[in-house]
Amino acid sequence: MASLVSDTEPPTYLNSTPTDLVRRKKRQSASSAAASSRRNNAASATAGDGDSHAPWRSEKQQRSYSANLIQALQQVRLSSPAAETPYPTAQKRGKAFREAADRALAVSARGRTLWSRAILFNRFKLKFRKQKRPRPAAIPAVITRGSSSSSSGRGTKKRRVTVVKLNKKSIPTVNRKVRVLGRLVPGCKKESVPVILEEATDYIQALEMQVRAMKSLAELLSGSGSGSAPPPI
Amino acid sequence: MSNRRSRQSSSALRISDDQMIDLVSKLRVLLPEIRERRRSDKVSASKVLQETCNYIRKLHREVDNLSDRLSQLLDSVDEDSQEAAVIRSLLM
Repeated sequence: MASLVSDTEPPTYLNSTPTDLVRRKKRQSASSAAASSRRNNAASATAGDGDSHAPWRSEKQQRSYSANLIQALQQVRLSSPAAETPYPTAQKRGKAFREAADRALAVSARGRTLWSRAILFNRFKLKFRKQKRPRPAAIPAVITRGSSSSSSGRGTKKRRVTVVKLNKKSIPTVNRKVRVLGRLVPGCKKESVPVILEEATDYIQALEMQVRAMKSLAELLSGSGSGSAPPPI
Repeated sequence: MSNRRSRQSSSALRISDDQMIDLVSKLRVLLPEIRERRRSDKVSASKVLQETCNYIRKLHREVDNLSDRLSQLLDSVDEDSQEAAVIRSLLM
């Protein structure tokens, strides 16, 4: 995604992560070309979309997650055998599986991200998400337009390659949606806008991998005819 | 416009437009709903965020369903069956 990062000089970043801010300060004296390439590195490292940081799309990662997942699920199974479980708690059991699957995912993330730490330390209250409904809520505005960049943000600058536009009018809407997003990503309810966006970028890729791994596991287990379960989705 | 500075706590910080666009662009490429569109078509940031929320909810639902399904499947696995062997091989 480096191509999406503009090579215009960055405006002041008031809410970067501490390390980012330090780097940015150092960078101001450096030549713009070097600064730009390092910025790209820093951006991908914090956003988690770099291949080196969170290779959620790699086979290896999926295999290791599958192993973690099976182990976690077996543990759940041993602690609450189905035979002794009366029907009403079947859903509870599904929830326990769900939690085990998420913990395994967080372990695979190695606690490098907020969302994975939130899962591991159980700060993310898991409701059974099927019943979860987005609530409208009054949300404080967070983005205020930087005074230095009133025109540069529209993607109108030449050489700027953006695929997203940001209108002045839509900023309250954007803030509201970021808040909604913050409630969907574990541990991000009270985070700042850039943190929420970076975490969401990593979290989505992790979830995609989780779905892939669980699907293929389900296929493996139902593969040779014993499974009477309905086909997936 | 004067900002109410006193109200600006650590949770309400400012973010520049450029940074916002960079971050939202990274999300955009992950979204199946918008990914297919041509690069030249600009998508508004709020649309990307809306789709991001929808997509995460969809993935959550899928994980929920798959958890249910796996819980059923694992229960139906016979210890001596081929599936049990599959599980053991994955655990190695």
